[in-house]
Amino acid sequence: MAYSEKIIDHYSNPRNVGTLDKDSPNVGTGLVGAPECGDVMRLQIQVNPETGVIEDARFKTFGCGSAIASSSLATEWLKGKSVDQALTIDNMDIVEELALPPVKIHCSVLAEDAIRAAINDYRVKQCLEPIAEEKWHH
Amino acid sequence: MKLPVYLDNNATTKVDPRALDAMIPFFTEDFGNAASRNHPFGWKAEEAVDHAREQIATLIGANEKEIIFTSGATESNNLALKGVFEMYAEKGRHIITAVTEHKAILDTSKHLEKQGAEITYLHPAENGLLTLAQVKEAIRPDTILVTLMFGNNEIGVLQPIREIGAVCKKHGVLFHSDATQAVGKIPLDVIDDNIDLMSFTAHKMYGPKGIGALYVRRKNPRVKVTAQMDGGGHERGMRSGTLNVPGIVGFGKAAELARLEMQSDTERIIKMRDRLENSLLMLEESYLNGSKEHRLPHTTNISFKYVEGEGLMMAIKDIAVSSGSACTSASLEPSYVLKSLGLDDELAHSSLRFGLSRYTTDEEIDFTIKCVTDAVNRLRDMSPLWEMFKEGIDLKSVQWTEH
Repeated sequence: MAYSEKIIDHYSNPRNVGTLDKDSPNVGTGLVGAPECGDVMRLQIQVNPETGVIEDARFKTFGCGSAIASSSLATEWLKGKSVDQALTIDNMDIVEELALPPVKIHCSVLAEDAIRAAINDYRVKQCLEPIAEEKWHH
Repeated sequence: MKLPVYLDNNATTKVDPRALDAMIPFFTEDFGNAASRNHPFGWKAEEAVDHAREQIATLIGANEKEIIFTSGATESNNLALKGVFEMYAEKGRHIITAVTEHKAILDTSKHLEKQGAEITYLHPAENGLLTLAQVKEAIRPDTILVTLMFGNNEIGVLQPIREIGAVCKKHGVLFHSDATQAVGKIPLDVIDDNIDLMSFTAHKMYGPKGIGALYVRRKNPRVKVTAQMDGGGHERGMRSGTLNVPGIVGFGKAAELARLEMQSDTERIIKMRDRLENSLLMLEESYLNGSKEHRLPHTTNISFKYVEGEGLMMAIKDIAVSSGSACTSASLEPSYVLKSLGLDDELAHSSLRFGLSRYTTDEEIDFTIKCVTDAVNRLRDMSPLWEMFKEGIDLKSVQWTEH
């Protein structure tokens, strides 16, 4: 399969690989996927509680090149955004940016799921209601 | 060193230049049809075919009259199974095989089931080996054929062919072996190994593609197969079609070279294979698939836990190998051979098969060890599963969100 240059770049030089303190009240962690499906993504955001801005984002991904690239790109996009702005990231934006082939669209969906899970984890820690599935844009 | 490094020799091998040299005149000068009896073009072609038949028969301890040329091992397997089933259907309809066989055997078996055959599929142990007791227990009064591969294409495991053959002989059951990966790689002898029919092909032993053979025993017992290709009655009526003379000449030369050089090739290849294997098994949580002891000399199959197969393949694009992962194909099913050894999907997906050849160099092995080691370490550093494993979390206890 031929991959786009952007996928290869993110796969070869992944941005923001790492781990944030999952017990910190300012860190939201999203762990999505399953080992037997061949994809597991863990995406973490560190939010400034004063401003609501995502100051840091980290990921670790078990998966194919497209899954690694999707999560790497997601962390790049999350940094500097407010939590509210982060809610607007759509999986199709990732598909477009990386030129993901059709069989790899699920990788972008997983990245969006990971963002959602990380934000909700943060919201729960801040004693806010998690955003319900149906309220999520699509 | 040229990149990518080719370590997929269980898929196919490079043609030995000496085999190619032998073939070339038969395209443009001595291009006759081996069945033309009336002129020197035909005689020359027939002579070349006879010589090649002898070279091939000598390699496997057969008589040259027992070699039936086909287009390759898939056709040989089809001819053996369908041909025996049709020829011996009156004697019985039961055939024994194993779940780890090549698709050319398994799909042919399925085809025969639709024609009224009853097939028993034996399941190997975790190391890929079948036992004599399994074969003995499966034989019934209406069993006409046992078909089991010599060396497995994915894990290289060698079955106890000689002993299984003896059991079949004792029970008066024909024994076929798909020896595609074994012929030319390890010493074998159809008489000593009690084999009645045997499939093999040139392109796995440094010969050309498109030419293979089926050994069909002529004495004790005399075996017959019903032709699956009707026509001019070539190959003692068992396989019609104009002979692929250049291919046969290349096959013959490759067989001769294999016979003469097998021992020295194997000594070198085993050393390189073991060095590769031992180095990669030094990585934490890496596992050898299949028996270490009963194995082809040029094959090793290793799974790297907590590393995803497709991501791994992408990281080692400078090495041409096969993976147990089928992610890149339409099906998401990992290798059925590895799964039948009891590997879970995850480990089957993260396996690599290395197949060495007489052309593999120490430099290529060094490069491969470094490349795979770096890739596995790099991918583990960015794998949440590896981190969880290192923290002592039981991954089976985690509630995963399937998608």
